[in-house]
Amino acid sequence: MCGAPKQGGALAGIDLSTQTVIQGQVWHDGAPVAGAYVRLLDATDEFTAEVVTSPEGEFRFFAAPGEWKLRSLAPSGRGERTVSAEVGLNETTVVLDQ
Amino acid sequence: MSRNDVLVTADWAQEHLGRPGTVFVEVDEDTSAYDKGHIEGAVKLDWKTDLQDPLRRDFVSKEQFQELLSAKGIGNDDTVVLYGGNNNWFAAYAYWYFKLYGHDQVKLLDGGRKKWELDSRPLSSDAVERPATQYQAKDPDTSIRAFRDEVVDAIGQKNLVDVRSPDEFAGKLVAPAHLPQEGAQRPGHIPTAVNVPWSKAANEDGTFKGDDELAKLYADAGLDTSKDTIAYCRIGERSSHTWFVLRELLGHDNVKNYDGSWTEYGSLVGVPIEKGA
Repeated sequence: MCGAPKQGGALAGIDLSTQTVIQGQVWHDGAPVAGAYVRLLDATDEFTAEVVTSPEGEFRFFAAPGEWKLRSLAPSGRGERTVSAEVGLNETTVVLDQ
Repeated sequence: MSRNDVLVTADWAQEHLGRPGTVFVEVDEDTSAYDKGHIEGAVKLDWKTDLQDPLRRDFVSKEQFQELLSAKGIGNDDTVVLYGGNNNWFAAYAYWYFKLYGHDQVKLLDGGRKKWELDSRPLSSDAVERPATQYQAKDPDTSIRAFRDEVVDAIGQKNLVDVRSPDEFAGKLVAPAHLPQEGAQRPGHIPTAVNVPWSKAANEDGTFKGDDELAKLYADAGLDTSKDTIAYCRIGERSSHTWFVLRELLGHDNVKNYDGSWTEYGSLVGVPIEKGA
């Protein structure tokens, strides 16, 4: 349903021949950030989904091939990263400024 | 109806913690967030196990709703302040649901859990116990709930607002992108629906935009205020957010939420579907 599945963890059960997975971690000051909000924005900058990072700072989205933007917001700062995704696993890191 | 009747700010909420007559209720699908930390004194409702019938796809009955609220210690005279994760999607759904069963004194915490956390406001992991009540619900008010035949009849007649993301509207995705892209439905949207993503009504911290900005958003999208409106999304929670904006903040009459939404419509045999932006 619409509640986000647990973030991070194994990719078991995810069919990487059909799914376009965008996943990674949020970092700040050399450490992963737990509880950061991460948004996936489409090529027009419109909201597509949002998750909260795991205790290890991880996030995961199921998108489609194309250009995407990740934007993270946390009490410690904000960060942005663009991703050019293809079918399969696309991994990236978002670093928070401030 | 004005904004102050239906929304409270985080500051107001923090000042009213523990006040008799005000009950904070966190609503999520995944209640592990509540278990790790919640607003002090708040009780939790699970979107799925508490608010959906375990067998049929429908709401819980009036009697089940009464039992639920009684057990949670919510009285008929209490002011219920709802909040949750996912930018208040499920809290807005619960708001609509409380209204459907006739609870008038219900409000949303503007920004929900997200703004609360971004502000670094206090969360508690203490168990919350409230004495049971004898809650009495009213018969469901179906003037705010749309069913499938009505939605099919509304094509080209009423305002249909599809509040999903542009990629879901266009048929590129069938679910929000934090979920695996699978399901029985055909992708696309209901013909003549306008696409106004729910997120356009919210600021980045999850709070609602101002009334003027909201009015302009729907006017620019071509919403005809002389017509009735039906909002839908995938399962009815994001469209509750928009239902709240249109009916409770902007005061439009005759706005219904179609909780069957795309998971029902996109699985119906023989109904028209459009794809593309």
